[in-house]
Amino acid sequence: MGYFSNIYHGIRTLLTGMRVTGKYFLNARKGAITQQYPDNRDTLKMFERFRGEVVMPHDENNEHSCTGCQKCELACPNGSIEIIWDRVIDPETGKKKKAIDKHIYHFGMCTQCGLCVDACPSDAIKWAQNFENSVYDRTQLTRILNKPGSKVRAGVEE
Amino acid sequence: METAIKEPTTSKSNFKSEEYFINMGPQHPATHGVLRLLLTIDGEIIKKVEPDLGYIHRSIEKMCENNSYQQIVHLTDRLDYLSSHINNEAVCLCVENALELEVPERVKVIRTILGELTRIASHTLWWGVMGMDVGALTTYFYGFRDREMINDIFEETCGARLTMNYNVPGGLMQDIHPNFVKRVKEFIPHFRSKLPEYDRLLTGNIIFQKRTKGVGILSKEDAINFGASGPVARASGYSCDVRKYHPYSALDKITFTEALDTTGDSFARYKVRIAEMWESLAIIEQLIDNIPEGDFKVATNAVIKLPKGDFYQKVETARGEFGVYIISAGTKNPYRVKFRSPGLSNLSLLNHIAVGGKIGDLVATMATIDIVVPDIDR
Ligand code: SF4
Ligand code: SF4
Repeated sequence: MGYFSNIYHGIRTLLTGMRVTGKYFLNARKGAITQQYPDNRDTLKMFERFRGEVVMPHDENNEHSCTGCQKCELACPNGSIEIIWDRVIDPETGKKKKAIDKHIYHFGMCTQCGLCVDACPSDAIKWAQNFENSVYDRTQLTRILNKPGSKVRAGVEE
Repeated sequence: METAIKEPTTSKSNFKSEEYFINMGPQHPATHGVLRLLLTIDGEIIKKVEPDLGYIHRSIEKMCENNSYQQIVHLTDRLDYLSSHINNEAVCLCVENALELEVPERVKVIRTILGELTRIASHTLWWGVMGMDVGALTTYFYGFRDREMINDIFEETCGARLTMNYNVPGGLMQDIHPNFVKRVKEFIPHFRSKLPEYDRLLTGNIIFQKRTKGVGILSKEDAINFGASGPVARASGYSCDVRKYHPYSALDKITFTEALDTTGDSFARYKVRIAEMWESLAIIEQLIDNIPEGDFKVATNAVIKLPKGDFYQKVETARGEFGVYIISAGTKNPYRVKFRSPGLSNLSLLNHIAVGGKIGDLVATMATIDIVVPDIDR
């Protein structure tokens, strides 16, 4: 290629590229795709399956459905879940029954793999969608999932 | 401009020159992670490149020995994090083969679609970063814009954007989200309209072409000798697509052409990846309309024990051939796990193709090899 045709070719390819960027520049208002976080915090909705943090839902009677079967603890690859359980006497039958004392969740170690939620036979734990998880001290990341005074919902069996 | 000034060779030069050595990385944006390159250079000319690894070693293979087969899967997310879905699939296929477990057609099709989406996501990110490495910042934003749509699909169906852990031995963790098909169908025409834009913006760009054409040439023989795989090997004319030669999941029913080139330079590697994105779109299109009905999982024992023996499964990730080798002693944990990662073999040829070039070319060459350091340094 000759010297001048080379220059001409070079400039043409640059202009072709600039046509693409120019199109976006002129249509910037229409095509804005960046999330305006944190201004859009009120309207920002995460997908329902988004794995933010493991939580244990409680109903209005302060009851959950965790039987203390420890399947989540076994499924967890890095020991993020610790179940402290005890045998309590069931007032109806008089038999001893396994019940959780504390369901401890080390959020700081959790890899959000989802194996625990998948393993739970009674759907006692599920994913919450919050993602703003920074705290000042890492001990705050250790959470006890069952609320104080809560007990297992009647009828939930292992 | 073939009349450019020829660099005087050291021996004939009138100037006395001395070789010296310089570190590139471990904290260098162009090394895409914590990779340290020990460069021996003479002026601007590279005499030797020695990669130094170990900055992100997490002993994942060793950790696998203490984990159950379900738990291993999520560790492979952390190898090549841009192909995490395909890595997961490899482990699951390996375990399923060992158990002689036949997964439902639905699972196979969904796995293949997600795998190709992963490949597109990985290549769009690579395209953006590739442009940035040679000085075109705009590509970075355009690449991420399109990747975002795929990430949304993943997030909605799998629950995570990068470390999906959606495959489990025996199938999938959950069924696909009801919006999945709709979103993928929206993505295909969108991306088809954007890919020509990629070409106009970067492929044809004169500066980009001058920096990649004829740079970092890898011959077919060397590609085979160094164990290269993926787009790096295919750009040198070595046809090695695992999807073609050892089809897994639903790929045996798919027709697609393997992207090949013969020049083996940086530009060829670039073109192969662009062509692969088109092919991945074609593969998804063939599957998305007829995802068979059925279960998303077959039941496995809660404690999976593989029979005694060794098992190997390879898949084609966005970077090349990824292999999982499991030796089982018949217990619930593997006796030994070895991952064959494409990044390590592809990095090993860097010295071979970069010597004699300039430092600036090294950055462009590394970008086209497309390394992901956690994949190399497990
Ligand atoms: S998500 Fe995974 S790492 Fe986190 S607690 Fe559950 S099983 Fe453990
Ligand atoms: S959360 Fe679920 S899996 Fe874990 S102990 Fe309770 S019932 Fe069992």
